[in-house]
Amino acid sequence: MDSNKLVHMANQIALAFRLQPRDEAVKLTAEHLKAFWSPQMRQELQAHVAAGGAGLEPLAKDAVAKL
Amino acid sequence: MGFSKDFDQGTPVVTSAEQVTLTIDGRAVTVAKGTSVMAAAAQAGTQIPRLCATDLVKAFGSCRLCLVEIDGRRGTPASCTTPAEQGMVVHTQTERLTRLRRGVMELYVSDHPLDCLTCSANGDCELQDMAGAVGLRDVRYGQAGQKHRTGPKDESNPYFTFDSSKCIVCSRCVRACEEVQGTFALTIEGRGLESKVATGTGDFLTSECVSCGACVQACPTATLNEKSVVELGTPTGVVETTCAYCGVGCGFRAETQGDRVVRMVPSKRGQANEGHSCVKGRFAWGYATHQDRVTKPMIRARITDPWREVTWAEAFAHTAKELRRIQETYGKDAIGGITSSRCTNEEVFLVQKLIRAGFGNNNVDTCARVCHSPTGYGLKQTFGTSAGTQDFKSVAKADVVLLIGANPTDAHPVFASRLKRRLREGAKLIVADPRRIELVRTPHVEAAHHLALKPGTNVALINALAHVVVTEGLVKKDYVAERCEGADFESWARFIASEVNSPEAMELHTGVPAAEVRRAARLYATAKNAAIYYGLGVTEHSQGSTMVMGMANLAMATGNIGRDGVGVNPLRGQNNVQGSCDMGSFPHELSGYRHVSDDATRELFESLWGAPLSKEPGLRIPNMLDEAVGGRFKGLYVQGEDIAQSDPNTRHVVAGLEAMECVIVHDLFLNETAKYAHVFFPGSSFLEKDGTFTNAERRISRVRKVMPPRAGLSDWEVTLGLANALGMNLSYSHPSEVMDEIARLTPTFTGVSYAKLDALGSVQWPCNDKAPLGTPIMHVDRFVRGKGRFMLTEFIPTQERTGPRFPLLLTTGRILSQYNVGAQTARTANVAWHDEDVLEVHPFDAENRGLRSGDLVLLESRAGETTLRAVVTERVPPGVVYTTFHHAKTAANVVTTEYSDWATNCPEYKVTAVQVAKATGPSAFQQEDRRRDVALRQVKRGADASR
Repeated sequence: MDSNKLVHMANQIALAFRLQPRDEAVKLTAEHLKAFWSPQMRQELQAHVAAGGAGLEPLAKDAVAKL
Repeated sequence: MGFSKDFDQGTPVVTSAEQVTLTIDGRAVTVAKGTSVMAAAAQAGTQIPRLCATDLVKAFGSCRLCLVEIDGRRGTPASCTTPAEQGMVVHTQTERLTRLRRGVMELYVSDHPLDCLTCSANGDCELQDMAGAVGLRDVRYGQAGQKHRTGPKDESNPYFTFDSSKCIVCSRCVRACEEVQGTFALTIEGRGLESKVATGTGDFLTSECVSCGACVQACPTATLNEKSVVELGTPTGVVETTCAYCGVGCGFRAETQGDRVVRMVPSKRGQANEGHSCVKGRFAWGYATHQDRVTKPMIRARITDPWREVTWAEAFAHTAKELRRIQETYGKDAIGGITSSRCTNEEVFLVQKLIRAGFGNNNVDTCARVCHSPTGYGLKQTFGTSAGTQDFKSVAKADVVLLIGANPTDAHPVFASRLKRRLREGAKLIVADPRRIELVRTPHVEAAHHLALKPGTNVALINALAHVVVTEGLVKKDYVAERCEGADFESWARFIASEVNSPEAMELHTGVPAAEVRRAARLYATAKNAAIYYGLGVTEHSQGSTMVMGMANLAMATGNIGRDGVGVNPLRGQNNVQGSCDMGSFPHELSGYRHVSDDATRELFESLWGAPLSKEPGLRIPNMLDEAVGGRFKGLYVQGEDIAQSDPNTRHVVAGLEAMECVIVHDLFLNETAKYAHVFFPGSSFLEKDGTFTNAERRISRVRKVMPPRAGLSDWEVTLGLANALGMNLSYSHPSEVMDEIARLTPTFTGVSYAKLDALGSVQWPCNDKAPLGTPIMHVDRFVRGKGRFMLTEFIPTQERTGPRFPLLLTTGRILSQYNVGAQTARTANVAWHDEDVLEVHPFDAENRGLRSGDLVLLESRAGETTLRAVVTERVPPGVVYTTFHHAKTAANVVTTEYSDWATNCPEYKVTAVQVAKATGPSAFQQEDRRRDVALRQVKRGADASR
């Protein structure tokens, strides 16, 4: 899938949880990705992070590290 | 299947805990206090002659036929307007009454055409029945004098005629229009012998009549009569079933001659509609026998090849082989499917079973993805279950209704009639909508507040309303303390009380004056019962799920959950969108909203189905299309949906479909998606199968077969055929067996069976040991999740922004006469009202662009462009344009973008930055699409097919 789209969607999710305490927000974002994204989408996002994670919000990036 | 009319007790049913006992013709009768003598007699089995009375409308007392004698009372009072009283002794048949009734009938018949034998209502005419009932044998008044027997006939409406020569001016039609429908399109014009039923414009078609059919149903003669009855004759059979249009789920009587439908009449036993209907369910059923129906399975190797008709066996074998080939080549996850919200629960359940157990993955999704998926997410997070809280009746107890992003008079008309009735009784209405929808101001209804917010700012508005509640001390503290999670409430209250959420701060985003927001918030929060009803104007946003949670927060903070007259209520779009979600159509959930990662739930299914199930969520519809464009997703089974027309960014959808190697479309018609398909399974309409639909109030109602499936198989049998060709070895002899399996596997359905549905008419889930008769109102003593959970709902503006290139905001919606992608309604006479989608433009924006109503305009966004006719109107505010997506030729979704809800990927249909300019002809997309309409829909039939 287009990595720009994955980054956009992951950032949206992270933003939705950003008012929570940081650790909680990271946990909730990671849980959302696990609960609703297919394994292939998650793997592609992880690969994007491994390649530098351009465009990804820090909160989303931390959540991907928890997957 | 024999024919009998719905029982009519003459005056409306009264419910009261107090009862009275009276004597009618020597028999003791006990009825609810407030019941009329006429209805009491009917309940005791005695039909008192009547003409102006029907239990659809209040008693009127004008025909003087229902006279009775009551011991101790002078004269002969009308039984329809006389309440039954304790100890009353009533006589309905005396010599005096017989004489009087005959006299009345003589007068009526003296001015009525005596063409009973050739009249379209012959055998179904109350005037005829009453003439018989009173023993009328002669009319003494002769044929001279002024008569109405040659009065004009209005045949303008495509579905019914108005023959004034047969009108007895009983006012039943006028009163039905007022009391049942709430449109006030009819009146009695003139006085004395000049009295006549009239519309505002002189004919029904151009009047304010919405063709709901209530007047036709109420008419006791042939004055208002269905054209289908005029053409075919009166029905001889009847089958009770459920409408296949919107999420109201009206009960209907399919009145038939053999297996031919003569008319559809709303059923009084339909618990969602209680005898009312709209133009779609009542009249727009002709698509079921339309010449465009495809009735033979078809296959082709490439989408550019003509279709070749094959047998069902060949179609199943070919499709199974193709799907297995793709999986062997590209992997197990390279295929998936889409269940239909227009199909039955049983059909949906089988499709998701086919995908999970047969395809071996969770790549199943449903059209709720593009409408109410945020409802599922938001209500589950806050309340614990993915459904509305009330039954429709509940609105009759609401004192304030907050209507957000919904247009019920167009999209849910029968619910709108209930709502209007409550508003006429004095309940207050707050409308939050960018457009000035009809309910803002319509006869006898005026909203207390119209919060005309800018598209995309729902969360800003709901936060501002909640801010007022919290900061002005309007929180129902006792309720919150007892029913909700304390820490979450405290956290939310601090967040919502911050200045950034104040109406004054949010006015910059919403454009709604802060003072009006404050007044609306106080009105909602201080009502005895305040209810929220909402539609796709809430969900189809990048913050759709946040908004659903915001509404739930507001309702919990004000104690408006868990009793009659309150609640948070989604008005669902399609007939079975609630059911398709309940049945496990989402890629992450099995039936009953249980996540696929839950081992115990999965094992339950695996044990019954005898197949391993994946514990990972599958692809959603937009993910499937993205993966297809990316080259990894190659096969799709689409049952009863038309994603090439309904889903956003049509060009991207088409690119995804074109990239696949086996697209299977299962539908009534060769729809837009079928242009890109390799297999076509002919579908069956709701008249051709048994099953159940679940409406927006969680009501499960029976769908019953009226005629045999035109393609030989009902949809559930087609899915079964494909599943077995894939080696699944499924065996069901009737959809009731599928429901039995659903009940075994789904905790909220354990008490549901066809036998119970037949006995009770319908039930609302949860229906199980704890609630064997179903659950009209949810969260009564506790929330499904235990305690209600407040969620933080920060307003985050959509990234879809206006700018110099695209300075206007497009928002999309629906219109009364059309439904969804128009597959059904566009093939009916409903096109008389709406034969093309139009673009509403405010006069200011029109003036700036030199546009006038009727001009062809180019509507352009960053996603694409299309052309359609402009309508200049102040219904939309400056800066906002509006259209519908009912007609394929308009291709409105060429313009909408792929921005979507953060939690569910529900597309942001309601906010697209656009430009509008005068056009000279169709857009490039439309021209190409018209060429493809011909090229990709060719069918080889008969001898040609074998070559």
